[in-house]
Amino acid sequence: MEQAPSVDVRDFSLWYGNFQALLSVSAAFKPGIITGLIGPSGCGKTTLLRSFNRINERYGNVKTTGNITILGKNILDTDVSIASLRKRVGMVFQRPNPLPISIYENIVFGVKSHTPGRERKRSAMDQMVESALREVSLWDSVKDDLQRKATELTLEQQQKLCIARLLPLKPDIILMDEPCSALDANGIERIEELITELKSRFTIIMVTHNMAQARRASDECIFMLMGEIVEHCPTKEMFFNPKNEKTAMYIEGRYG
Amino acid sequence: MNASSNPFSPAAYELKKQRGMKIAHWTTGAIAVALLLPVAWLLWMITVRAWPALSWDYITTDVRSMGAEGGIWGPLIGTFYLTLMCLIIVAPIGVLAGIYINEYAPDNALTRSIMVAVTSLAGVPSIVHALFGLGAFVATMHMKTGMLTAAMTLSVMTLPVIITSTKEALSAVPKNFREACWNLGASKWQTIRTIVLPNSFGGILTGVILVIARAAGETAPIMFLGAVLWVPIAKSGAERLAPYGINDQFMALSNHLNLICKDIPGMSDQMMFGSAFILLVLILSINGAASVVRSRLRRRKRW
Repeated sequence: MEQAPSVDVRDFSLWYGNFQALLSVSAAFKPGIITGLIGPSGCGKTTLLRSFNRINERYGNVKTTGNITILGKNILDTDVSIASLRKRVGMVFQRPNPLPISIYENIVFGVKSHTPGRERKRSAMDQMVESALREVSLWDSVKDDLQRKATELTLEQQQKLCIARLLPLKPDIILMDEPCSALDANGIERIEELITELKSRFTIIMVTHNMAQARRASDECIFMLMGEIVEHCPTKEMFFNPKNEKTAMYIEGRYG
Repeated sequence: MNASSNPFSPAAYELKKQRGMKIAHWTTGAIAVALLLPVAWLLWMITVRAWPALSWDYITTDVRSMGAEGGIWGPLIGTFYLTLMCLIIVAPIGVLAGIYINEYAPDNALTRSIMVAVTSLAGVPSIVHALFGLGAFVATMHMKTGMLTAAMTLSVMTLPVIITSTKEALSAVPKNFREACWNLGASKWQTIRTIVLPNSFGGILTGVILVIARAAGETAPIMFLGAVLWVPIAKSGAERLAPYGINDQFMALSNHLNLICKDIPGMSDQMMFGSAFILLVLILSINGAASVVRSRLRRRKRW
């Protein structure tokens, strides 16, 4: 039986001022796999990704129409709390952005924002930090100095930390905006491994500019062009047998 | 899942946080708005008390009875020339020094000590600048106290303002413009002259205008250096527009206000507040002009 989509986008359009960045986009993202968003610069893939936790709204000139359904609820409804939404839909940014506080505090920052002071238990938080750091295989290298400032870590460690700090909030969906583009080859390999390990428990949506990465790391792929979805299919199919000519040209590197 | 249930309804703790957010919003807002109060009060008080004294005559006639009967032309024109001379001295020196520090100077001990010197100069109290001017220009270099030495002292005092604002304005020009210039074979000076300076003009000009306001408003640095309560000035003709020689004693608005308020017995309120009003309007309009110029030039920028 086909699994219910975890993110369901229907006729979603988005404008920055007068410029329409997304033209009535529809797509269903499946849970438990990695969906790659590919396409040339300016095609709207990052805009679409950022719509899933409504982080675009900070910029005052954004207008939207259509629906984005997550966990059975249209997240664009007025009764949706942005804080609760972002707890369930986490994001990893292009450039690692650990907060300029200790490693420990970075991990518990999210939980602290959602828990009243008297309900916070030191032992529970210690536990959370350890298990989050173990999951991203960072625990062994930082366990002796959790009070170190997170911004002193290497870029690869910082990006792992940025993934780890989402985990205590128990998100359902993790959005990744070119999560490896600031890293060297070894870093890319290890972050990709990590993402693959995590995928069974989350819905992962990853924007990437790197064709080879999309091919290696994603299960399904969405090719976007000029604010529209051109093709959405299993990654293997897209790379071996693209249906649309534009997709074929882009994948072969003859376009974009 | 039931379609009517909302997985993203706000948690109780979130509602509590929203109260905190509102309190923070209103507290910071109220304090920011409260800042307007002293300014509005000050302007209102000075304007109301100065009002009876103000007239075209008050501005264009000579100081009568040491200011008791009004007249402010001498100090006004004195402040104008003093500020102009200060600007002629300080603007080129400050701008060139700013260019050197931002564009040419390597990051070494010398540059750092220049910057430390500039910042310390900015922290020196104005009365100390006055004593320095007296000691350096008059006692050591044997110049006469008068407009020139006063302007030179003001220049020393305002130098850090121009240097700092020039440096900031230049460093705000993005590096990739410079790289594009160098890449096409332009020399460092060509780059500065054709790309960096024209694009930082607004910031530099702002610094210059702030210096004008500062020089026009200061009393301490000029009161030992030739600014006096009263000197006779020409009654008519071209000399009325240029009444002071370069080494002459002179009148200036800030000093005039200072002296009539404390040294002349029986001075009426309206005369004191009248001079204060003129000085205030002068400085506020210079500052206003600075922000107009700055916003015009900022709007023209496209990067």
